[in-house]
Amino acid sequence: MLRFLTRRLALLALTLFLTSILVFASTQILPGDVARLILGREAQDQALQDLREELGLNQPLPVQYTAWLTGFVSGDWGRAFTGGRPPIRPLVMERLGRSMQLALVTLILTVPLSVTLGVIAGLRENTWIDSVINILTLAVVGLPEFVTGLVLINVFALGLGWFPTGAALSSDAPLGEALRQMILPATAAGFVMMAYIVRMTRAGVIDEMKKTYVRTAILKGLSRRQVIVRHVLRNALLPTVTVIALSIGWLIGGLIVIENVFNYPGLGRLMTAAVEDKDIPLMQATVMVVVFFFALANLAADVVYALLNPRIRLE
Amino acid sequence: MRTAVAQLLRRPMTLFGAIIVALFLLAAVFGPMIAPYPYDMLIRGAARLPPSADYLFGTDQIGRDVFSRVLWGARDIITLPLLTTALSVLFGTSIGLFIGYYGGWIDEIVSRILDALLAIPALALALVMLRAVGPSPFGIVAVIVVLYTPIVARVVRAAALSLRGSGYIEAAKLRGEAVRYILFREILPGVLPALVVEAALRFSYAIFLTASLGFLGFGVQPPSPDWGRMVNEARTAFSQVPWALWFPAGAIILLIVGVNLLSDGLRRVFRYEGQLL
Amino acid sequence: MITPVVQVEDFNLEYRLGKRWLNVLRDVSFAIMPDEIHGLVGESGSGKSTLALAIMNSFTPNARVAGGRVRFEGEDLLDRTPAEMRSIWGKRMSLVPQDALAALNPSHTVGDQIGEITRLHEGLSRRESLRRAEEMLRRVRISDPETVMRRYPHQLSGGMQQRVTIAMALSTSPRLLILDEPTTALDVTTQAVIVDLFRDLIHDTHAAALYVSHDLGLVAQLCDRVTVLYGGEVMACAPAADLYGRPLHPYTISLLASLPRRTEGAETRLPTIEGVAPALADRPAGCVFAARCPAALEQCRREKPPLEVIAGDRLIKCWRWREIASGALIIDTSPQQGAGDAPPRDGYVLTAQAMFKAFDPPTLVDRLLMTGRRPLRAVDDASLRVRARSTLGLVGESGSGKTTLARLIVGLETADAGALELLDMPLDLRLNRRPRSALRELQMVFQNPNDALNPYLSVGEQLGRAVRWLSDERLSRDTVRERVRALLSAVRLPETFAERYPVELSGGEKQRVAIARAFAADPALVVADEPTSALDVSVQSVILNLLKDLRALKGASYLLISHNLDAVAFLADWIVVMYLGEIVEQGSVAQVYSAPSHPYTEALISAIPVADPAAQRKHIRLEGELPSPRDLPTGCRFHTRCPRKIGAICEHDAPPIREAGDGHYIRCHIPIEDLTRLQVEDPAAHVSEAG
Repeated sequence: MLRFLTRRLALLALTLFLTSILVFASTQILPGDVARLILGREAQDQALQDLREELGLNQPLPVQYTAWLTGFVSGDWGRAFTGGRPPIRPLVMERLGRSMQLALVTLILTVPLSVTLGVIAGLRENTWIDSVINILTLAVVGLPEFVTGLVLINVFALGLGWFPTGAALSSDAPLGEALRQMILPATAAGFVMMAYIVRMTRAGVIDEMKKTYVRTAILKGLSRRQVIVRHVLRNALLPTVTVIALSIGWLIGGLIVIENVFNYPGLGRLMTAAVEDKDIPLMQATVMVVVFFFALANLAADVVYALLNPRIRLE
Repeated sequence: MRTAVAQLLRRPMTLFGAIIVALFLLAAVFGPMIAPYPYDMLIRGAARLPPSADYLFGTDQIGRDVFSRVLWGARDIITLPLLTTALSVLFGTSIGLFIGYYGGWIDEIVSRILDALLAIPALALALVMLRAVGPSPFGIVAVIVVLYTPIVARVVRAAALSLRGSGYIEAAKLRGEAVRYILFREILPGVLPALVVEAALRFSYAIFLTASLGFLGFGVQPPSPDWGRMVNEARTAFSQVPWALWFPAGAIILLIVGVNLLSDGLRRVFRYEGQLL
Repeated sequence: MITPVVQVEDFNLEYRLGKRWLNVLRDVSFAIMPDEIHGLVGESGSGKSTLALAIMNSFTPNARVAGGRVRFEGEDLLDRTPAEMRSIWGKRMSLVPQDALAALNPSHTVGDQIGEITRLHEGLSRRESLRRAEEMLRRVRISDPETVMRRYPHQLSGGMQQRVTIAMALSTSPRLLILDEPTTALDVTTQAVIVDLFRDLIHDTHAAALYVSHDLGLVAQLCDRVTVLYGGEVMACAPAADLYGRPLHPYTISLLASLPRRTEGAETRLPTIEGVAPALADRPAGCVFAARCPAALEQCRREKPPLEVIAGDRLIKCWRWREIASGALIIDTSPQQGAGDAPPRDGYVLTAQAMFKAFDPPTLVDRLLMTGRRPLRAVDDASLRVRARSTLGLVGESGSGKTTLARLIVGLETADAGALELLDMPLDLRLNRRPRSALRELQMVFQNPNDALNPYLSVGEQLGRAVRWLSDERLSRDTVRERVRALLSAVRLPETFAERYPVELSGGEKQRVAIARAFAADPALVVADEPTSALDVSVQSVILNLLKDLRALKGASYLLISHNLDAVAFLADWIVVMYLGEIVEQGSVAQVYSAPSHPYTEALISAIPVADPAAQRKHIRLEGELPSPRDLPTGCRFHTRCPRKIGAICEHDAPPIREAGDGHYIRCHIPIEDLTRLQVEDPAAHVSEAG
């Protein structure tokens, strides 16, 4: 277990390190002079020079990278280039909170439902109910969120008027209202995830039902219900833990699009805006935060998986 | 392989998917020839017309024929993902076979790097990288290939690893066969089923990602008719020209469902569940 | 009259394949009496496991009963639903499965899984059920049940896992135990211990048992009555003493004769059963065995013989049993004479000096965490020599390092230290540094015929590739084809096999092609790693004969690796015995088989089940677990299990290598004379674990 955890933590560090290089490298080959970008076309040469000095743009790249990374790690994320140059960290943190709320609602809406559907389909392999679940998931797996999102808006917001079209909620909106606004974006974000969890859970259950120990349990004289609850599910749902964590990665990607569709003021929207405005420090910060949380979700899944699986826990 | 194709086409849903995909492929090849108008032509006095015999899918906000634009757009949304799939399969297979066969510390290092790359949310990284290389067709392909190669590599590695200890591979080693021969003649055929399923999945996700990037404005640049961008543009004028949104969105849905039905068939015939992501 | 525990009458079972229904079991009849251990023997595909589960009224979804009855203590079982079976399963009949690890739930503790059954059937509380489980573990002779209770299946050794399944099966004192090849995955020494345990427990509980196995020897040692199954039909059923002592069915007679054994003289070949068992899809209309029967008549091919009851308690299905019983028909089982054999020549094809290999060294993580993880020492200072035109048998159980040593020699693993010489030339330890001339001389036959051939290339392509690649000159296409044809005929396969793909071949045929491939360039030494262990009994003898013939024909030497001393003894001239990475004994076959020998060798020989219920053998059992090669015992590595341990010296000092005769070496603290005296004086003594 200790070995396992150490390896996983090392992987987390490696992931973050690689991402930081990729992000830094990508932002460095952006066309245009950053100083001029910030100060505008009419800026004086001296002002430009001073700003370059301040931002360390005259330094060689490895030095700049190290400076950026140490700054980032120590919590000094700098100021954005655009939008009145606000300090980045509070901004990102506030938006992150919003995105997490949305992600949480999505998870609550999707995970229990899709695991249940997956278990039902797996236990009833090759029956009509399995086919129906299969066709439904096939139809929505891999549909881009902007398509599902727009369909939902048109049907439930514009058509039936049950929910608002946007979700540009103010931070002091009452909980009920906030939830009402989050239902549609969460559903749109959840669709892809849901299809995935259903499919993988179903595959896991089918796999597990074929194992020899299931026969042992049946021939002990246990009822089908006891066999499934006591023996099969415990093992079949183990891989689902990993699947859910990986889906969180999907969810984060999905939120970038969803937040744009619904005008939801989350991290995803902040990131797209930063990319559009070529706001380098903001881009770097948002991407790093997103990657950090994704990696953390993976780590959590691995740890949970290991805790539930005696073959790893007792290594 | 021949029996696999026969098995595939016997499944009604798979056949249905195959037909949809075939139709879209035809549209990608011949679309521009059938299209009644150039994709960027503003038809005088024909803005915001609903679907009719003249304009099958109606016209958009500024008077372009939606049907023509959807047809033209089929080309990019199919060729770019096809190209990305082909390239990621090519690179991924080479890397995967190599590390799967050698194992040891090479495998350990490369695998950890692949794991790390896989732990980065695709869309976030794609946005940043596209911003860097510029939203061109080349950029889109390059970025998605970087994102998908590790996935394919991991699948192929796992398959190669399971074959590495087989008697026939060891017999080839004992004959002193060249690594290239062992990788491509002895191991590759055994990896093929997993690879075919994976390629179909990757194709589906490449369409997804390309469309999403288009929607966010990082796809093929205007005035090229990118389905994702068309949806985004139509969104603002939805109340006036809903068909300008419904048709490209419908095209995306239909294409992806078709590809998914096909890949589900492959998955069942080859009994391989495929990777997530 | 006593009611049989199980009575199977004219039972027929079919499997669905596509749209057809195929007969898996046809007209099966036999009975199991109370207190009886009934053996069910058959080769793979004979339907023995299917029959065993059918007796439990448990079927796969693609099966249907097509007639007949199965009675359990007088009740008809087949018309019961699974729900109705629940009060019988686990309570009145229990299964001991083949692969214990797979049959146990990986995420529940052993105690919970055993306890579950008494909670269910006897309504015990959790605490009571756990106490009962602990008691059961003690009954299956697990020395520290308290600890084992809390373990998960994967933390136990194979032998312990199997004990757990038997404890589980016995905890409700069922009337019937079905044991489905429960020791197949175990080492011989462990198997011997477990089989003793089965025998005692079954007799203690007065249960009836059905013991399913492919191993004629094992069944002879354990069972009171035996049913022989072939191609889904009962061939014979008789008390064990009769079945082995006076077999009447040509299949039984030939099968018993074909078992490998020590032979004096290199010319002898084993009697064989030609051909392969009929596939499920094309079973013949006549007698299922007719196609391979040495005594088959026209009638046998046309018409199925009836299952006749003879002498009150025997069943037989053969048209000609009367002729066999009266002695009018004698099935020829005299050893065949081979192609002759050139005697071993002077000099050595291969010399391996002080080979050493450790796996899995501690990683950076281990060093940082100070896990104290040690490398796994698979082969430790092993030296051996193979004489020209001879066979060296390398024997040991799993974990002994025998396979690793062989792989170091052929170069599939690179030795950490040591030196190799092939045909008096130094041979690099690394495979990729060996010249083609060396590669050609050193080839290998692998254990598993199913992955020995590339499924995507035809037999001809694979053999052709080996012929072309190992040749120094460029061969014309015709020459290659000619040589492939010659190779196929050397392994007695028709030349049309060149066009076939591996999926179209049986296991034995695949192994023959693999042997042909090894002989593609007339090697000087062929390393064969358990070449017959994955094959059916009736096919093993064919392969062993073939190897012997090829040695005579091609003048090659063999390094034959096996866990089965008897199979090795048939082919080998010299034997090397390994235990935990070390060579503990080497010598000629005669030297190794007779006293003095290493206590481990002695135990190994004693553990081999002999296909003769009347055989008298030394009864030596190795108790205790095989130590981990990561954490080797100090002193003599065998001291933790040695039945002849003499004292503290065994625990502290590495034993010397003593010479016991010409070329016969034993690594032991016991002086040779004492060893001889101990082993000769009380040959049938019951020696159990010391201490």
